[in-house]
Amino acid sequence: MNPFNYDTEELKQTAAQVRRDILRMVHAVNSGHPGGSLGCTELLVSLYFKMMDHNPDFKMEGRNEDLFFLSNGHISPVWYSVLARAGYFDVKELATFRKLNSRLQGHPATEENLPGIRIASGSLGQGLSVATGAAQAKKLNNDKNLVYVLMGDGELDEGQVWEAAMYAPHHKVDNLIAIVDRNGQQIDGPTDAIMYLGNLHAKWESFGWKVLETNGNDFDELIPTLEEAKSLTGQGKPIMILMNTIMGFGVDFMMGSHKWHGVAPNDAQLQEALLQLKAASNDY
Amino acid sequence: MKDFPYTESKDTRSGFGAGLHELGKTNPNVVALCADLTGSLKMDAFKKDFPERFFQVGIAEANMIGLAAGMTIGGKIPFTGTFANFSTGRVYDQIRQSVAYSGKNVKICASHAGVTLGEDGATHQILEDLGMMKMLPHMTVINPCDFNQTKAATIAIADYEGPVYLRFGRPVVPNFTPADQKFEIGKAWVLNEGKDVSIFATGHLVWKAVLAGKILAEQGIDAEIINIHTIKPLDEEAILASVAKTRCVVSAEEHQLNGGLGDSIAQLLARKMPLPLEMVGVNDSFGESGTPEQLMEKYRLNEGAIVEAVQKVMARK
Repeated sequence: MNPFNYDTEELKQTAAQVRRDILRMVHAVNSGHPGGSLGCTELLVSLYFKMMDHNPDFKMEGRNEDLFFLSNGHISPVWYSVLARAGYFDVKELATFRKLNSRLQGHPATEENLPGIRIASGSLGQGLSVATGAAQAKKLNNDKNLVYVLMGDGELDEGQVWEAAMYAPHHKVDNLIAIVDRNGQQIDGPTDAIMYLGNLHAKWESFGWKVLETNGNDFDELIPTLEEAKSLTGQGKPIMILMNTIMGFGVDFMMGSHKWHGVAPNDAQLQEALLQLKAASNDY
Repeated sequence: MKDFPYTESKDTRSGFGAGLHELGKTNPNVVALCADLTGSLKMDAFKKDFPERFFQVGIAEANMIGLAAGMTIGGKIPFTGTFANFSTGRVYDQIRQSVAYSGKNVKICASHAGVTLGEDGATHQILEDLGMMKMLPHMTVINPCDFNQTKAATIAIADYEGPVYLRFGRPVVPNFTPADQKFEIGKAWVLNEGKDVSIFATGHLVWKAVLAGKILAEQGIDAEIINIHTIKPLDEEAILASVAKTRCVVSAEEHQLNGGLGDSIAQLLARKMPLPLEMVGVNDSFGESGTPEQLMEKYRLNEGAIVEAVQKVMARK
């Protein structure tokens, strides 16, 4: 059971608050990655406030819980905000993001024991392997819960991703739902200009995955896709969701450009952005 | 000089295989992963008797390290197996981020380390692995000397919570340590007490140090021989206690001088007890094809090199 099980209106309100958190966090330290964080807000809000069977009273082993891994660790702001809003730690701690002696490192880490984080990520391409291992451990433990992992599309340039892409179907890891944030952007420009990804649907399918596609910025499309993915587990194949998103979604002047991959808004830009996002509960 | 009788010679990798198989029987959380080298790593017995806990990864070492890190999250104790070269340099970033920095309970088990891999040549003969692994925070680094010790070490690391690099090799070497030994991580083992020089050796060089000790005894030199099976954490207390007595040191390892055991000992001596040190190891070069014996001779990783180093260091006292 999800401890919140929000309806769509509640999810939307939470997403707006999470977006405010993201912008304020990166603005405060003038660093961090707002673009991908804003683009993946609906997904993380959906997982933690609707889909996943999880417990904010964090335990590393996560037995009989659904697990989430963030492979593209640079979008840590969205994860930290969602974890805090879900009760893993106090929202006030979001103010320490990227500062000295913080548990909220620039990229997610376990070293400082931040509740909700099970492995360090940031150096790309490793999360699918980790999630697959965690899923296999669940099978060995006769634990029926699921493992989710999010990757960036630029991250698919990494060779290790394709090692794991081969492994998971070969070993019938069918308690695994992988999601690619298909925003079409990476640091140096559009993904297909930097390194052509081709037909990702056909690629993952040919590796033996069950592939779904969705709009990651629309709860009305995203939630049914996540439900469908869940219903397809346990059938011998890992599940891949190619999730189309717009980098910077929710802030008009940030949308659709790789320029906001790793750049924080200035004071005026922050104010302009916050005017577009209604606070659901309270800013930290 | 004490005598070290032995009845058989065996490869250290078989000690790993035997230890792993034993763990399969005694510890249900132990799982094994292998990157297409099951036979070379002697993991066949585990695979045969515990197939549900054995994971064939194919030739994909980066994925193997990530999988192992993930399995620890479910309480498993993964032992990964491939050659030392592919266990370290090839996957350094995966080990660094997903295992060491994340503090995961992964046992990275590495065979065919050093020049004694032999005929395959330098592409496969890693001599930098101890250095790479010891530099990583949280990592424990172990390099046992014979079959019995490798088996005991394999069993011992399953009971230790945290990342471990376990290094062993391919050649058949005298199996002279006791079968019933208790392996204590981080505890140096004094093989022979002596007063003239401290010889600290690791891995295959431990037996060479024993052979050197006999030659030195004939020359009237009373060598203290200590087996440093754990490179990190280094048993500083045991090393300093020995050196305080002998006042000079020789290190011996099948590894680059840069970054190896001798390098760790040099740092310790410089900080705590600056006394002369001579180092036996590979001096900033790659290996090459040849038989293990030929290579140990050519790269001066033998009793002759240790004896020379002792003579040199004693003259510096």
